[in-house]
Amino acid sequence: MKKIEAFIRHEAFEPIRAELLDKGFPSLSIIEAKGSGRQKGIVEKYRGSTLTVNVRPKLKLEVVVEDKDKGLVVETILKHARTGEVGDGKIFVIPVEEAIRIRTGEDGEPVLQVHEDSEIPT
Amino acid sequence: MRKKMGLAVIFAALAALVLPSVAGAATVGEVAGTVEEKALELDMVWVAVATALVFLMQAGFMFLEIGFSRQKNAGTGVAKIFVNLALVSLAWWAVGYGVAEGGGNDFFGTSGFFFHFDQVVGQGEEAFNVGASDTMLMLFGMAFCAVSLAIVWGTTLERIKFGAYVIYALVFGAVIYPLIAHAVWGGGLLSDIGGKPVMDFAGSSVVHLTGAVGALAALLLLGARKGKYDANGKPRVIPGHSMPLVGLGVIILWIGWFGFNGGSTFETGGAFFGEVMLNTQLAAAAGVLGASLAVYVKSRSLDVGMAGNGAIAGLVGVTAPSGFIEYWAAPIIGFIAGLIVVYAVLAIDKLLDDPVGALSAHGLAGIWGTLAVGIFASPRLIVEGAGPGIWYGIFGDASLSTAFGQLGVQGLAVVFTFVVVFAISITTFALIKATIGLRVSDDEEEAGLDISSHGMYGYPEQFIPQPEYSTGLPSTIGAGTGVPTPAPAQMTATETR
Repeated sequence: MKKIEAFIRHEAFEPIRAELLDKGFPSLSIIEAKGSGRQKGIVEKYRGSTLTVNVRPKLKLEVVVEDKDKGLVVETILKHARTGEVGDGKIFVIPVEEAIRIRTGEDGEPVLQVHEDSEIPT
Repeated sequence: MRKKMGLAVIFAALAALVLPSVAGAATVGEVAGTVEEKALELDMVWVAVATALVFLMQAGFMFLEIGFSRQKNAGTGVAKIFVNLALVSLAWWAVGYGVAEGGGNDFFGTSGFFFHFDQVVGQGEEAFNVGASDTMLMLFGMAFCAVSLAIVWGTTLERIKFGAYVIYALVFGAVIYPLIAHAVWGGGLLSDIGGKPVMDFAGSSVVHLTGAVGALAALLLLGARKGKYDANGKPRVIPGHSMPLVGLGVIILWIGWFGFNGGSTFETGGAFFGEVMLNTQLAAAAGVLGASLAVYVKSRSLDVGMAGNGAIAGLVGVTAPSGFIEYWAAPIIGFIAGLIVVYAVLAIDKLLDDPVGALSAHGLAGIWGTLAVGIFASPRLIVEGAGPGIWYGIFGDASLSTAFGQLGVQGLAVVFTFVVVFAISITTFALIKATIGLRVSDDEEEAGLDISSHGMYGYPEQFIPQPEYSTGLPSTIGAGTGVPTPAPAQMTATETR
């Protein structure tokens, strides 16, 4: 099992979410993140003075999938999050030891199974 | 000093009545003159209070529009109100008042420009030298003009260039609103149509429809906000960020409206303003209920924003009739306005992106209010030459043909206002679009107008974590680039979660 963490631009999220759902991955989380990278901070002006903010708002997207699905998810993220400009973000892939569905108590890879069409909420 | 003298004269006069033999007592003529003077001063005190209430409505528009915007566009709403109020005030003083009130011909006034004390305003028998009380009335008119302009921007939130405000505010304050005010209230074209005057007590049409038509012109050239319509052209919801601010805005507008309608009596005589104010309240209350009922029937939920829109629609609807109707008619007018606003907001949303519902609450409710005069105007209250409402033709003994004549005249006011305001507004906005541009870039819209137009967020800590813990890193990072690179957009709660 792999956890894919991607730091992305806000506007990239909606197309990624739509395509992942379409491909059978409805389970994901996002967190409002603020961070720095090669993209410079924002210079703001407040009552005539300037203020440099060294971190920018980004979204952190988290998806946990079976090893074999990792490539599919990463490709989807790359496809929609890449503008070619500095500040597109990064993807990290992390091994996951266990997965447990709280409702049923079942564990292991079945928890991450690609859903049947009928199970995908519309 | 003059006031103290006046009081002294009154006391002297009273003494004279009691003690007719006292030497040096004022004559009856002197007493009458003084009483008249005091009455005018009392009138002006009321107009002064009303003027302050109408200016307070700017705060109402500010909170209403900010509440209906996303967080990234909160600060720009504040700057907009200040700059617009400033520009329209000066434009009204320099040009607008003269066009509206300066006598002249059927279409525009020709005197009273750069308003100053003792200036001659008007022509012939109606000419007068500007005194303090005329100044008070001129200021009251300025507050109305500012309200009308504030309505315009409701449709343009979250994507218009700030420069557009500056240019249009001047044209609006100097030309557009004054032309309509002149036609109806300044002795122009609509003050005598075949002997019948248009009855618009406080401006359902003059103020509110005018603002809404300007808003329509701006919207047609501006287009919808990014993401408002999906690939199939279906409208998506872009929720405003603060319903409490919307509510505060509506309540402030509601209170301001007592000055708006009540002050349009221009006098305290007979305390008639009390009637006008009760009508105002009854219509607003019924507007809330009408809109709440309609939105509940339509969506099975009591929508917060729609209840507020209903209050505004009720108030706009009763603005024209408030001085001409009996109390029982006010709730009917308000309730219908509340129904109109809900169905209109939902219908318009399919085609046009109007974030606050200005086209419905001010435009359609304004048209309804103007026509409602022709339905409900009481024979007891109508102005000289005008016909009563058709209600009194059907259920009373008023002449039905006169009543329908008046309704037709009211309809003409709507058509005239629409055509004139739309023609000038669309031309102005087209010129703005062709020169400095009307709309910000895609990136700036994504980032929000606060950071892209004003260099700072309205809610900084929502976007900038703890600036007070700066490490003191070189502030050269990102500096010197002039305009800051826009940050990615903060999405709204429902879109991200």
